[in-house]
Amino acid sequence: MEPQERSMEAAAVPQELPPDHGVHELFGYVGIEAVLEQMKVKTMKMGFEFNIMVVGQSGLGKSTMVNTLFKSKVSRKASQPGQEERIPKTVQLQSVTHVIEEKGVKMKLTVTDTPGFGDQINNENCWDPIIKYINEQYERYLREEILITRKRKIPDSRVHGCVYFIPPTGHWLRPLDLEFMRRLSKIVNVVPVIAKADTLTLEEREEFKQRIQRDLKAHAISVYPQEDFDEDPDDRLLNDRIREKIPFAVVGADQEHQVNGKRVLGRKTKWGIIEVENPAHCEFPMLRDLLIRSHLQDLKDITHNVHYESYRVRRLNESNRPALSSNNGLPGRDEDGDESNL
Amino acid sequence: MAGAGQPQKDGLRSLSLSGHVGFDTLPDQLVNKSIKQGFCFNILCIGETGSGKSTLINSLFNTSFDDSMSTHFHPNVRLKAQRYELHESNVRLKLTVVSTVGFGDQINKEDSYQPIVDYIDAQFEAYLQEELKIKRSIFNYHDTRIHVCLYIISPTGHSLKTLDLLTMKRLDSKVNIIPLIGKADSISKTELQQFKRKLISELVSSGIHIYQFPTDDEVVSQINTIMNGHLPFAVVGSTEVVKIGNKMVKARQYPWGVVQVENENHCDFVKLREMLICTNMEDLIEQTHTRHYELYRRCRLQEMGFRDTDHENKPVSLQEAYEAKRRKFYLELQRREEETRQKFVQRVKEKEAVLKEAEQRVSMLIQAKFEHLMLMHQEEKLKLEKKRKALEEEIALFNMKKANAELLQTQPMVSTPVSLKRDKDRKKDKGFRLELLCFDITKEETVNGHKQSKREKLERERKSAKGFQK
Repeated sequence: MEPQERSMEAAAVPQELPPDHGVHELFGYVGIEAVLEQMKVKTMKMGFEFNIMVVGQSGLGKSTMVNTLFKSKVSRKASQPGQEERIPKTVQLQSVTHVIEEKGVKMKLTVTDTPGFGDQINNENCWDPIIKYINEQYERYLREEILITRKRKIPDSRVHGCVYFIPPTGHWLRPLDLEFMRRLSKIVNVVPVIAKADTLTLEEREEFKQRIQRDLKAHAISVYPQEDFDEDPDDRLLNDRIREKIPFAVVGADQEHQVNGKRVLGRKTKWGIIEVENPAHCEFPMLRDLLIRSHLQDLKDITHNVHYESYRVRRLNESNRPALSSNNGLPGRDEDGDESNL
Repeated sequence: MAGAGQPQKDGLRSLSLSGHVGFDTLPDQLVNKSIKQGFCFNILCIGETGSGKSTLINSLFNTSFDDSMSTHFHPNVRLKAQRYELHESNVRLKLTVVSTVGFGDQINKEDSYQPIVDYIDAQFEAYLQEELKIKRSIFNYHDTRIHVCLYIISPTGHSLKTLDLLTMKRLDSKVNIIPLIGKADSISKTELQQFKRKLISELVSSGIHIYQFPTDDEVVSQINTIMNGHLPFAVVGSTEVVKIGNKMVKARQYPWGVVQVENENHCDFVKLREMLICTNMEDLIEQTHTRHYELYRRCRLQEMGFRDTDHENKPVSLQEAYEAKRRKFYLELQRREEETRQKFVQRVKEKEAVLKEAEQRVSMLIQAKFEHLMLMHQEEKLKLEKKRKALEEEIALFNMKKANAELLQTQPMVSTPVSLKRDKDRKKDKGFRLELLCFDITKEETVNGHKQSKREKLERERKSAKGFQK
């Protein structure tokens, strides 16, 4: 019985145990840190996937914003009225996928647009198609994951971030905004932005932000970066600074103009040129840094580790319930109440 | 701003960027995250006792893991796992070294490889269980699956031992095997080349898949191809340092010279370290996860009865399979419950019957006894009735006599004594009648008293007979 015992005892280590002999000092260079390089090389070869969703009423500049973010014509704009793209009667989701490459890093970018959101007279339940779409992506991933012969790399179409455009009224969040953000922040990372922020002066902008932050806190809506997922004090510090500035006031532009001898992206008006990349004018650089340069991997990780896992728990519990109740009438084991009928 | 690009082979358009977007930092973000989490690496070291496993590990990681030498007298093969945490610049490595204890020592080596196979399977199983859980924490999971197996071959110079062949055959589909020649300083250079060739040809002819360093990535493919040709590595391990020239190097000192561990001409230790750690650690981990673990998972799930497609070749979701199984299980449970309940009822009935029978028998016995007693009682009663009657007659007689006696007392006293005494004293006193007059009364009184006491006794007896009757 001994070898079995010994191996089983060594095998029952799913949790992290402290090392047997403490931390060892190395006498010389071993080369462990080369593993970082290996990792980089591997991921560059594999490429990345990023799925982003933009939600907001029509005319708030969503497509322009996406084009500015990724510096290319990612989404087509409904530029002139009278084209075939009228406001649809229900919210329809359109996904466009592109492959972009920069310095050897390949990224498969999917942008999902939501024309028709909040455009009708009666906007009740206009978030349902969006929630259905997000859950569908989770479902697709789950199905792939529980197959017996799985693919080497499961194609990831889950929405990693949802950018929500708030119209620049200057007052408070509207009921539609509150409802939408409340429901969606539970299943996906929501990044709220104030659209077309060039209609607000700096003081108005500050006040508007304060009011929005108060509103969000009052309704217990946790937008990205969520406070519960700060892992260590450094993270917390960094994220606190970001949280102070949420929601970012952004301006989108896809035309270049001449300013001080340089060509910059901006909007030209009679009273001046609003430079998109100028932090003094608008907060677009902060949004871009957040979304792409510093927190992209974090967005993906939170989607995979938190939102996907909670979807999976709900889904697997759901399938338990019918079996249980038909046999002995006991109520199901599903603890999280009516999350499933959001 | 260029517009739509050419369509790619999978139907995706590729766009060209007009400016710096900044997602080239993505690999760095990923790396930073991994640094925070730390890395996990698990090595399995198989080799006979005394083949140099512990020394090799110490040399590889440039540190001394305290290990005592083990004896040759273990009755069966065991596995010893030790966990260490190593720090180098900003990388934290959680290293687990599992070595075999007593491998190849027994007289009968039939079961030598089984504990090893079981251990590897147990690690896979633990991971699979975690993955199948409903509430799981798989990103926090401390991975204990074996990423590489260093198999140390004894430097006989001839060929592979049967034990080695058998063990490697069993392990090659479960783990990445890197064969090494241990204590290689006992083989000369020419012999070494021959030995290596022999080993490789034996491995190939037995169909054992050892780990090949990946050659598809241009950065490392060249060096990996060269290294692939040097397999199995002939290694020498040492933790002692010897002064050579003006440097302290790890080496083994012999009377005829010094074997330097890190000298490429002396042994392949440096190659092993480079390949194992610097170049391919990540690939080893990935292969374990994507190839070996997936194979294990597939076999295990099929064992458990799940299928991807049912007999009509339509895809069956795992969830439906789960539900079907669950329903079946519940039905089975119910059936068993019914069965047990039936059995229980049956047994109860039987027991009841037995008890009833016993009860009947006992009650019959009691009945018989009761009747017997009743009979006896009746007899007694009759006897007593007779006695009572007799006594009552005597009392009546005595009363009559008493009345007569009283009557005679009032009459002259001559005649009475004669009649009174007729029954009792006639035989005694025929002549003395006068004398008898004086004595008669007293005698009568005593006779009366006698009769009185007798009468009282009779009364008493009659009363008790009556009581008994009641």
